Amino acid sequence: MEPSMIRVENLIKKFGDLTAVNDVSFDVQKGEIFAFLGPNGAGKTTTIKVLTTLLKPTSGSVELDGLNPVSHHNEARKAFGIVFQDPSLDQDLTAWENMNLHGVLYHVPSKIRRERTETLMKLFELWEKRDTVVKQFSGGMKRRLEIARGFLHTPKILFLDEPTLGLDPQSRNQLWTHVKHLNETERVTVFLTTHYMDEADRVAHRIAVIDHGRIVAMGTSQELKQQTNTESLEGAFLALTGSSIREESAGSADQLRQMARMFRR
Amino acid sequence: MSAIYILWLRELKKYSRSRAQIIASMGQPLLYLLVLGFGLGPVFEKAGSGNYRQFISPGIMGMTVLFTSVFSGIALLWDRQFGFLKETLVAPVPRIQVMIGRTLGGATVAMIQGTLIVIVCLLVGFRPVSLAMVPLGFVFLGLIATVFAALGTAIGSSLQDMQGFQLIMNFLVLPIFFLSGALFPLNNLPKALAVVTALDPLSYGVDGLRATLIGVSHFGAVTDAVVLVCVAAALLCLGAWRFSKIEI
Repeated sequence: MEPSMIRVENLIKKFGDLTAVNDVSFDVQKGEIFAFLGPNGAGKTTTIKVLTTLLKPTSGSVELDGLNPVSHHNEARKAFGIVFQDPSLDQDLTAWENMNLHGVLYHVPSKIRRERTETLMKLFELWEKRDTVVKQFSGGMKRRLEIARGFLHTPKILFLDEPTLGLDPQSRNQLWTHVKHLNETERVTVFLTTHYMDEADRVAHRIAVIDHGRIVAMGTSQELKQQTNTESLEGAFLALTGSSIREESAGSADQLRQMARMFRR
Repeated sequence: MSAIYILWLRELKKYSRSRAQIIASMGQPLLYLLVLGFGLGPVFEKAGSGNYRQFISPGIMGMTVLFTSVFSGIALLWDRQFGFLKETLVAPVPRIQVMIGRTLGGATVAMIQGTLIVIVCLLVGFRPVSLAMVPLGFVFLGLIATVFAALGTAIGSSLQDMQGFQLIMNFLVLPIFFLSGALFPLNNLPKALAVVTALDPLSYGVDGLRATLIGVSHFGAVTDAVVLVCVAAALLCLGAWRFSKIEI
């Protein structure tokens, strides 16, 4: 059996009275594409933040490639790349500068940095635009650049938190093709969250459905459909999580973003 | 080390690309320099205190460096908003290096902005008394820049959003400027004001600039330097601690 790349055991994360992640356990094998599905506020992003050292778990244990991200955060950080739910590029720098900065932060030697930046930017069709300031990029181009950047330091694990949010079908399609390609050629383990069931159906080897901070089902898309007697993954998802709409309070970052939007108008 | 360097370089690149901002941030110091410099000049001279433009030029240099460096620290809020902060926080680099790179970058930008104001001051008639002392003046500019870039980082790490920004501006940054003796001499002040000005780190920065550039000093250049180095060390620790506490 392949060694597990991500291991989560009895993870609990509380914010005051709110339990965002409630006793979650799962294993992701090397080279696997694992999807985390769940309604808004189910605990997907919180789980990713704990795995990527941005938050400390309240209790439970987490391992990335055998490393504990709480006690060995710098080693663990080298093992993964991440594409966040919202953009994390420097808008005032060019695409190439963003890649370069990332490479330096991840200690990629300069020769390899240059070669890999070129390869990845060509793969994601950004090479012609390398000297353009990111501010002028379209949403799809920014996403592609972020994913290319996530691959730059040859991570063993790639986290994708709703990477296709707000993209047109063409960009989404192309993005998953690239991710699948890199998963196959570089054996990168991929951990993704998405709201688009068809994407999870298409790319993920295994899927976990999370709701109210708990994993309610886990297995291949086929298994989930069988388990719930449904035709589609979307049907299975609704059967597992119900059809009520979730309330989610806006965090301070969202509020700030709203204010910035007002200023720009 | 390379992480510190690349983050420092990032601050400089961002600065050099915002030409409109560079020019805009010259506006306020120019107003103070020209309007107060020429407007209050005659009164100041009648009171027997010498040339006012000569006197406030170091004050305006200090003010420019104060504003630029505090703002560069608070720019952390924008990075938080536009998401770039997360990129640096998940990178395999100790947070202290991220904080140092940013803070040094902010301080360097403030130094450049301060140097531009020095040139403007020279153009409107400011004359340093001794050329040999000018490099020491730049040492003081550098100390002011470090103190307030560190303060800015500490503030930027502590604020969650822009709502606290006005509060910081009106109750911290502007008082630091007005109570520093940038605009008036610190001699013969009422007791209360004398105490407050002595607690303001910028007082020592401006005083150090005056000591080196126009040969007038209230505290003495050595005291100025010692106080600034101590405050800079303390604020760098505070900034590093606040930065290490950021959660996204």
